[in-house]
Amino acid sequence: MNNKKEPLLRIAKRDLLPWYNAYGIRLAAVLVSLVVSGLFIFAVTKLNPVAVYEAIFDGAFGSPRRSWVTVRDTMMLLCIGIGLAPAFKMKFWNIGAEGQVLVGGIVTAGLMRALGSSLPTPVLLALMAVVSLLAGALWGIIPATFKAVWNTNETLFTLMMNYVAIQLTSYCVALWENPFGSNTVGIINQKTKAGWFPRVFGLDYGLNILLVLVLAVGMFIYLKYSKQGYEISVVGDSERTARYAGINVKKVTIRTMAISGAICGMAGFIAVAGSSHTISTSTAGGRGFTAIIVAWLAQFNTFVMILISLLLVFLQKGAIQIASQFNLNDYASQIITGIILFFILGSEFFINYRVILRGRKEAAK
Amino acid sequence: MKKFLAMLLALVMVLGLAACGENTPTNEAEWPTPLPREARDPIEKADLKIGLICVHDINSGYDVAHIDGLTAACEALGIDVASQVIFKYNIPEDESCYDTAVDLAEAGCNIIISNSYGHQSYTMQAASEYPDIIFVAATGDTAAYEPVVNTVNAFPYTFQSRYVSGVVAGMKLKELMDAGTVTDPYVGYVGAFPYAEVVSGYTAFFLGIQSIVPEAHMDVTFTNSWYDPTAEGEAANALMAKGCVIIGQHADSTGAPSAVQAQFEAGKTVFSVGYNIDMLAVAPDAALTSAQNNWSAIYTPILEHMISGEVMPADVALGAENDGVMISTLGPNCAEGTQEKVDEVWGKLKDGSLKVFDTANFTVDGEKVTTFMALDMNGDFVGDIGEAIVDGVFEESVIRSAPYFSLRIDGITELN
Repeated sequence: MNNKKEPLLRIAKRDLLPWYNAYGIRLAAVLVSLVVSGLFIFAVTKLNPVAVYEAIFDGAFGSPRRSWVTVRDTMMLLCIGIGLAPAFKMKFWNIGAEGQVLVGGIVTAGLMRALGSSLPTPVLLALMAVVSLLAGALWGIIPATFKAVWNTNETLFTLMMNYVAIQLTSYCVALWENPFGSNTVGIINQKTKAGWFPRVFGLDYGLNILLVLVLAVGMFIYLKYSKQGYEISVVGDSERTARYAGINVKKVTIRTMAISGAICGMAGFIAVAGSSHTISTSTAGGRGFTAIIVAWLAQFNTFVMILISLLLVFLQKGAIQIASQFNLNDYASQIITGIILFFILGSEFFINYRVILRGRKEAAK
Repeated sequence: MKKFLAMLLALVMVLGLAACGENTPTNEAEWPTPLPREARDPIEKADLKIGLICVHDINSGYDVAHIDGLTAACEALGIDVASQVIFKYNIPEDESCYDTAVDLAEAGCNIIISNSYGHQSYTMQAASEYPDIIFVAATGDTAAYEPVVNTVNAFPYTFQSRYVSGVVAGMKLKELMDAGTVTDPYVGYVGAFPYAEVVSGYTAFFLGIQSIVPEAHMDVTFTNSWYDPTAEGEAANALMAKGCVIIGQHADSTGAPSAVQAQFEAGKTVFSVGYNIDMLAVAPDAALTSAQNNWSAIYTPILEHMISGEVMPADVALGAENDGVMISTLGPNCAEGTQEKVDEVWGKLKDGSLKVFDTANFTVDGEKVTTFMALDMNGDFVGDIGEAIVDGVFEESVIRSAPYFSLRIDGITELN
């Protein structure tokens, strides 16, 4: 006899949804999140939610300049997301993008200060790019080697590497402080612009866009069509299978993290030489963590990442705008961003699982 | 492959070290001369649009002083704050300041103010791209030597209000010593960073105390942050544990006065002298007064210059005689006769008979100071031009608006 009462709700794994259904659910999640944050806005501030949403849009795309800043920041987030994609696809929890970006930024800023007056900008740019790639790769190889050889926990290791990089950055900021007492490096080569990205296609951030989009296409092809990309996905699905198939897991781990770190280091180079022309801990500014959301939500598809980076940057710019326009503090706008992200992440649950009410037949879908 | 990798790594380390080790800024042999400034087109009051970039928000006393100051200046001139001023809060001292300044420029502002020292480089970058807009880097120090002439630095004579707040503390200290409650005139000071702005401030505060209690001595700790309530509170607690009776501060939160109030309520004889805002709200018993800047006195002439089109000066610095500085309402526990003494000192500061940094009143390593170069032009942190000592008085904020008094005088110990 079965006396056990059937629970009110049960969850069951769903079969793979067709893409249009999956995206339908995601779109619905965004709409519901807008309604919920609208209720929040009204309850707390008594402002018209529509006006607030207009302000969010205005903050991201209100003027050509703002649109360009939004695009620039989107490219930055996207670049880190692209860097994280191979690592996460291999189920290597690279929480260390923040640090990899920073070391890339430090060497870029250092070279820019040191060689700005002696090397022509194109040579300097190439040098900075190479060195930042190597620095980022080094920051990725260290935890990967420890993982491959001694099976250390890569989540903690990469996380700790962030703090090393952050302290290194603070050290360099103190060393390079300009003017003295400002607690900031200031804008490097402000007068000569040596080592700054030149304008490409007549756009201020043309080179940023070009570099990151090339990386996006390259990483898409690498993961989907190359042998190494296939090895990554096998190692990610099952290390034993990979070993059985004759894949050198150690080598793949280290190689993949070198690539992941290198691209993140490159993001540091783009951030310093291509947009901020300075270095501080906010050169990464938490993007190394936000990019994890980008990589996962897009399921490592670099083209979907473009959309997700854009959405996140859009929300962030909007948050800043509503804070200033309606005299709310930043926290209110961060709550709105939080609500929207919560629903988007939550929708993944409904894409992967279905909820069965008590009394419903299992078969009913 | 492995050898190649090892070589690459070695290369990265070497280049990285080379980059880190390089610390000599390009040394220009000749001093830049300030560019000549010209009159600009007058701007109708109604067409004036002002942007204010704040490093924190209304929770920070320093930013409140700027927000209130600009608001008062606008109201006095008949400028509508709601429609003509854009406030930007919590803008860090990095490239986001540049982005914000450019955003304000695109939004049609004809004058853009950033309120923190670390904003300066980014504000100046924006200034070089928008020559028709005036950029004010409050507390900054490079405006006169920028390659563009649409830049302004501004700083009130904070050392004067610090001195007067020191007099208030000294009166209290003297009262406690006369009553026998306190035997050691030990003062503590919670500073933000070991920079001239802070050094100038604590020295003035200390000289104010010494004018009443000559045997006073002071310890200073730095929190290395302009706004960190926890660290400021802890620093104050550490100083009180060492026996400090008065806690002064140059950091922007209410952390220190709150900590002092808690110790006061626990029965300790301790008093607080604040900065920026009236601290009586958080320390009703322990707060004696706060040194305050009146930014409206600074912003008013700058805005008047905008409206009239007169030549905009590179530096705006005003003191007691122009109401640029003040102290907040005296707390209930101030010593008898403090108000009279304060009025007397303000009077002397205004008529010039009292100079805060009179070299007769302090020594460095036991000796009187006779010369000091105010401006460091080549980045080696040692002054190169601008003799600051004139007729035996260290003239603060005259050569440029931002403080440059960075002498460590006898009687004060920096603990960290």
